[in-house]
Amino acid sequence: MAAVGDPIGADVGRGGAEGYAADWARAVRRLGFVPLSAAETERLLLAHTVRLAQAVRTEPFTARPAEEVGRALVEAHLTEPRALEWSLRALGTDFPRRVLAADGWPADLTERIAAVQGGLAAGYARALRDRTFAQQERIARSAWQARDEVEQALRDSEARFRAVFTGAAIGIGIAGVDGQIIDVNQAFADMLGYSIEELCRINVAALFHADDAAGMWELYQQLIEGKQDAARVEKRYHRKDGSVVWTDLAVSLIRHDDGRPRFTVAMIEDITERYELQQRLRFQALHDPLTGLPNRTLFFETLGRVLDAAAAADRRVGVCFLDLDGFKAINDSLGHDLGDRLLVMIGRRLAECVADHGHLVARMGGDEFVILVDGGEDAVAVAKTALAAVAAPVHVGDQQLAVSASVGIVECPVAETSASELMKAADTTLYWAKAAGRGRWAVYDPERSARDMARAALVAGLPAALERGEFVLHYQPIVSLLEGRMLAVEALVRWKHPELGLIGPDRFIGLAEETGLIVGLGEWVLRTACRDAERWWREFPDARLVVSVNLAARQADDPAIVDTVADALATSGLPEELLQLELTESAVMGSAGEPLRSLHRLADLGVRLAVDDFGTGYSNLAYLRRLPIHCLKLAGPFVEGIRADGTDVAADHRDERIVDALVRLAHALELWVTAEAVETGVQAERLRALRCDTGQGRYFGAPSPAETITARLRGGAA
Amino acid sequence: MPDGLPTEIDLTRPSAARVYDYFLGGAHNFEIDRQLAEQIASMTPNLAATMRSGREFLRRAVRVLLDAGIDQFLDIGSGIPTVGNVHEVAQAANPKARVVYVDIDPVAVAHSRELLAGNDLTGVIHADLREPERILAETRQLGLIDFSRPMGILLAGVVHFVPDADHPDAILATLRAAAAPGSFLVISHSTFEDQPQEMLDAQRLSARTDTEIALRSRAQVTGFFGDWTVLEPGVVHMPLWRPDSPSDVDEHPERFGAFGGVARYDQPAG
Ligand SMILES: C[S@@+](CC[C@H](N)C(=O)[O-])C[C@H]1O[C@@H](n2cnc3c(N)ncnc32)[C@H](O)[C@@H]1O
Repeated sequence: MAAVGDPIGADVGRGGAEGYAADWARAVRRLGFVPLSAAETERLLLAHTVRLAQAVRTEPFTARPAEEVGRALVEAHLTEPRALEWSLRALGTDFPRRVLAADGWPADLTERIAAVQGGLAAGYARALRDRTFAQQERIARSAWQARDEVEQALRDSEARFRAVFTGAAIGIGIAGVDGQIIDVNQAFADMLGYSIEELCRINVAALFHADDAAGMWELYQQLIEGKQDAARVEKRYHRKDGSVVWTDLAVSLIRHDDGRPRFTVAMIEDITERYELQQRLRFQALHDPLTGLPNRTLFFETLGRVLDAAAAADRRVGVCFLDLDGFKAINDSLGHDLGDRLLVMIGRRLAECVADHGHLVARMGGDEFVILVDGGEDAVAVAKTALAAVAAPVHVGDQQLAVSASVGIVECPVAETSASELMKAADTTLYWAKAAGRGRWAVYDPERSARDMARAALVAGLPAALERGEFVLHYQPIVSLLEGRMLAVEALVRWKHPELGLIGPDRFIGLAEETGLIVGLGEWVLRTACRDAERWWREFPDARLVVSVNLAARQADDPAIVDTVADALATSGLPEELLQLELTESAVMGSAGEPLRSLHRLADLGVRLAVDDFGTGYSNLAYLRRLPIHCLKLAGPFVEGIRADGTDVAADHRDERIVDALVRLAHALELWVTAEAVETGVQAERLRALRCDTGQGRYFGAPSPAETITARLRGGAA
Repeated sequence: MPDGLPTEIDLTRPSAARVYDYFLGGAHNFEIDRQLAEQIASMTPNLAATMRSGREFLRRAVRVLLDAGIDQFLDIGSGIPTVGNVHEVAQAANPKARVVYVDIDPVAVAHSRELLAGNDLTGVIHADLREPERILAETRQLGLIDFSRPMGILLAGVVHFVPDADHPDAILATLRAAAAPGSFLVISHSTFEDQPQEMLDAQRLSARTDTEIALRSRAQVTGFFGDWTVLEPGVVHMPLWRPDSPSDVDEHPERFGAFGGVARYDQPAG
């Protein structure tokens, strides 16, 4: 160790050592991994070379430095076995020759080199063994530590999970794919009213509830088969005490690493309150707050369900639409309070009387109730029961009331109707029942409804028809029975309907009267008839043809009628005596049960007045005597009786006597008599024999356009 | 494990870090690692050399960075430090150099911690390169690296463990974006370019460790440097990258099957 301060001793061939070290460095770098640059490696190995050379020559000789070099090689990570091999061999072959100056060779060089080789190998082996032990120990410790850390992390996360699991307000349960419950938290147990231990003994299949959503268990099946990863439903559970808890349930699947289903985790939240609130709100939305009965929304929902139910295709459904009679009057006289109490009682009675049959009773609003008769039961029987229930005396406050109701009944196969059709029909039918009087029921009749609808369509079309000039006048001759001459014509209105063709007055005059349109239509008829008659008068003054125009009661009632008639005469220029106005008996008598005031003023105009359909009303002969009437038109039925075809001789006889009496009466009052509906020559002959003045009817000519009358006048074929 | 770190330590499976250690002559490995290493080595005698050449490339690159004044390093995929570790190389040149090691292998991490205990200028993070944000956040937390100053980001032999599906480009972009101007990025990466079949077969064997290797082209590797300035001689077979001496360069530098390259983040002009 003397030369420590002088690594490259003077006695060492420096150039030889450097060359040796360079070769050595190249070799170790070629043979194994050296974490040093080439220059660094060379520098390091040069130091070792010098050291070894010194060791060989140092007296007394010891191999210790060689051992240290061996150790140093390991520490520098020159641990590749073949690098060691190279190092040892080179020591034996090249080293003495290249590094040790030839003159400085100790006598026992061979032994010393061998000892150096041995020492280096021993130091190397010891160091390598130490290092291997150390590294093995370190890596093993690291592995264990890593494992500890991971396990600690697992334990931490497990602890966190546990804390969440136990403390969660939400119920959490874990089950195997066989459905066996493995663990649940306290919240879960509390929600279902069991202890944790009890739940851990059961299978999820036991948590079945009859009202579980359709498909829910299929979904669960898919989950545990691994076809789904999560499912979410609202589910009811039976609690241990038998009560029910509504939950929002989310189930998810936990899989094994290889994807096989392993557990299901269920999380449930108690939504009973929310659910009940929803139910309450829903109840409120679907029920009438006054009577507590289902409201119109619920009724239509239920009806819709009945109609939609596919299985019900060949079933029948019935609806009774009930409305209290005169409820408005009750309400007005007793006050709304009592009115409401009455409705409550009626509602209760209706519900009670149909309750056992399972029919739905709903309040549609106001005093309207409806009973849904499901399952083909006799709707009429239900309506009768309902009417009877309503009719029993009602005590409201200290009043006893007799109430009645009307019912419209519709009953038909489910497949043939819709909710709106059904209710429209029920409404129409209720209207029929009402029109028929109090306490009645009516059954829907589609034909009647069709007629009503056609009528309604006509009514709706009337005003426009008048404006568009769709009406025309036809004239029917009134002929002298004595001499056969045409004395007058009756103006009869026709409607040239754009779709229905020519429509007779019987189909729309009644409607026109109901709607009041008759006033306008009548005036048009009057003016048109006057104009036509004036033309005939100008062309055939000798014929002195009278035109007879019908005045409806409503027209005659109108105070303006006198002015209207006067104006029609004035504008047309028709002499007043050529106009005859026909009034029915009831029109003559006026609405107030007294003869019309205007009659005298009309008569004063100089026009003729005739009583139409005489004999069908309650004619007050006393009035007739004092009124300015000129003519009676005998109603058709009397004339029809005089058929003289001998089938009913006795009846013929009676009609003939009536006609005879009427003619005599008329003549006694100095009135003309016209017989209507004369169909045959025989009738005409008889009537002439009875001294009837004029006749009208098919026998004398059907109603025809004005030109036909003109032609008849021109032809003189009167 | 789609989400980064393993939750179990399975010592019955070889680990890339320990196999690598064995190839470098370390004893930080187990029988199972050595078996795999021998198997790989028997198929591709080159491989041990490849690993060494990778380690050498890293050492040379770190030296270059040190010469450029870099004194803080983020070494991701650092493995088991056997010898010639970055902190050794760095601290030999600059005793104040700081190094943060990052690896996904828990054993490698535990080992690094053990080895580095007492070295205040180093830190170890257990994280996945595929979560660069997390690596950056944890590195900041350690407080060893000053992100406002230039640093060296080392990705030696690790990016090829990230398959394309995990978007290595985006990962690199994130890392680059965190660095201050003047920083360096070191990458070595396995390639299929110029490779014999056995190399490609060995790649399949590596599937038996936790991760498979994605071999990439020179262009792809170059792409990882983004808009940073790639230093001479560019992205080349590792031995060709600034060898210590011409004699160090293997006759067939391509036989190691991996590219190395270094780039610098130059402050954009203006
Ligand atoms: C081949 S070694 C490289 C070691 C060292 N960087 C070198 O070049 O000498 C690859 C290392 O990357 C690690 N690694 C692999 N995938 C990783 C990832 N996704 N994130 C972080 N480290 C990873 C492995 O555990 C292994 O230690």
